[in-house]
Amino acid sequence: MPQKSIRQALNEALAQEMRRDPTVIVIGEDVAGGAGSEGQRDAYGGVLGVTKGLIGEFGEARVIDTPITESAIMGAAAGAAVTGLRPVAELMFSDFLGVCFDQIFNQAAKFRYMFGGKAKTPLVIRTMIGAGRSAAAQHSQSPYHIFTSVPGLKCVVPSNAYDAKGLLIQAIRDDDPVIFCEHKLMYDLRAEVPDEPYTIPFGEANIVRDGDDVTVVALSRMVHYATTAAGELEKDGIEIDLIDPRTTSPLDEDTILESVERTGRLVIVDEATPRCSIATDVAALVADKAFGALKAPIRRVTAPHTPVPFAPDLEKLYIPSPEKIAAAVREIYGYGK
Amino acid sequence: MQLNRDDLLRAYRSMSTIRRFEERVQEEFSKGGIPGFVHLYAGEEASAVGMCMHLGPKDYIASTHRGHGHSIAKGCDVTGMMHELFAKRDGLCGGKGGSMHIADLNVGMLGANGIVGGGPPLVVGAALTAKTLGNGGVAVCFSGDGASNQGTTFEALNMAVVLKLPAVFVFENNQYGEGTGFSYHCGSGDIAGRAGGFGLPALKVNGDDFFAVHEAAGEAVEHARNGGGPSVIEVDTCRFYGHHSGDAQLYRGKDEVKTLRENRDCLKHFRTRVSEAALLEPDALSAVDAEIAALIDRSVTSARAAAPPDPAQLLTDVYASY
Repeated sequence: MPQKSIRQALNEALAQEMRRDPTVIVIGEDVAGGAGSEGQRDAYGGVLGVTKGLIGEFGEARVIDTPITESAIMGAAAGAAVTGLRPVAELMFSDFLGVCFDQIFNQAAKFRYMFGGKAKTPLVIRTMIGAGRSAAAQHSQSPYHIFTSVPGLKCVVPSNAYDAKGLLIQAIRDDDPVIFCEHKLMYDLRAEVPDEPYTIPFGEANIVRDGDDVTVVALSRMVHYATTAAGELEKDGIEIDLIDPRTTSPLDEDTILESVERTGRLVIVDEATPRCSIATDVAALVADKAFGALKAPIRRVTAPHTPVPFAPDLEKLYIPSPEKIAAAVREIYGYGK
Repeated sequence: MQLNRDDLLRAYRSMSTIRRFEERVQEEFSKGGIPGFVHLYAGEEASAVGMCMHLGPKDYIASTHRGHGHSIAKGCDVTGMMHELFAKRDGLCGGKGGSMHIADLNVGMLGANGIVGGGPPLVVGAALTAKTLGNGGVAVCFSGDGASNQGTTFEALNMAVVLKLPAVFVFENNQYGEGTGFSYHCGSGDIAGRAGGFGLPALKVNGDDFFAVHEAAGEAVEHARNGGGPSVIEVDTCRFYGHHSGDAQLYRGKDEVKTLRENRDCLKHFRTRVSEAALLEPDALSAVDAEIAALIDRSVTSARAAAPPDPAQLLTDVYASY
């Protein structure tokens, strides 16, 4: 099977869905890049190249460069979705939700319920998350927990190229608004990705590693840090059950609970800030529904409750590390023994 | 555009329905039968009707807090609307939207909106759909003077120009953003002039005069439908009630509303105009009024008697619940 990067997998998913369904459009800042200037029309293809080449095949009517105007982009996508298109809108950095949240939070998310089930809003918002590029406080956050907390939105947080393609196709075909969170440091990460289109259902976690000692739930880039930690822990005879939920809304509660019922121990790894987060949400889920199975306290390995710092030394401390994950696993593995 | 007898009767029926609907909602709200908040459109009828008479089922509108008039003018079922206001199971939105969120996508009504400035970006989207599908549709955004100051409005105007979309932005200037006067809240004192700065045709029209609105709206819709791009109409109008029903309106001048009702009633102006020109007989107008009064009566009676939503509906129409 061919090896593809997450960038290639996403591009392929977009192109295949645009070929299949003429109502799928791509809209955002520099999704082609070069509108209104003399140089190359497809100069950017999205700031990270995910939409590169689409304008050549699908034209300006379906690959729409916009001004820097996030409220209008998100609103246009929401209004287009509710009237018959399937827009894939790009919110370049997820941090920019601050200037356009109304159109996501009060408009797109609410239509179906507020209008008594008469509206469907098949909208995908692709957006970048993640720290690690010294992009500092306004270009490095991972606010998927904010999207997750809003009824009416679905939230996807893929960790690899195979999942990225299948989940993006699923997102485009879904009739609800979906926020699709891409980690900015993972676009070049490669995996085996089939050439043909396929979907991955929402709400089905991926069990990355089987183990009976400690359950580890991790998202996005943290799946890879947890995998690194697992390799170290294995040397000490500790086997982790590593679960990647892939979507935070809907959340595959059953897979998490079944694992904790078996291991009795839980570590959650989350690059986002710790309050009201996916980490606290999963901790609450397990405390609520698998309390009797717990043999140790739940440990959350998260960013601190601070903005993302600029200095590389500080940013490294900010992001959860394989070492911190391994330490948390060791601590609760030894608890009560 | 020449209006024939049927057009005139249709216009009057629609305006009269809005007026009677709003007066009755005010009465019923005061009695306590309607939960929440209602924002009444009485006084502004010529704007909604003058515009929506040019629109068909493929065309979309977005509305405001003050959305009953736009909904009626666009063809939403009046009984379904009344049931919705009374929070009933068979209301237009199943009792889950209420006055501020009345919508019916089947007739091209994208919803009243609880967010001031919420509608303009959505209309950019509806117009983008029409342009992309090439179906000849037009999208119209009704906003108030209050929303003319929101950033979302500015972004939407610019984007509509950039993408050359079939959209019309109607600003109903009733002189108040909630309780704050237009002369204070609009820095330039001129919505159309400011909107024109975004690079699209913009004009002002007297909202007391249905015929003036109808003519300006017809030109704007035709311009959009023919690929000419977006435009703006500022409608100079007035509000016969407060920001919401129950607003004591202490910010308004003494006798202000009384004077407006005497001098700036678009229904009165319409009746006078068509009677004097012998276009419609007073009897025909009275017959419409009687028919509408009976319809609104029936809608209130049935709304009062209708069943509330089933408790199970709390968890429907959304993909996940915990």
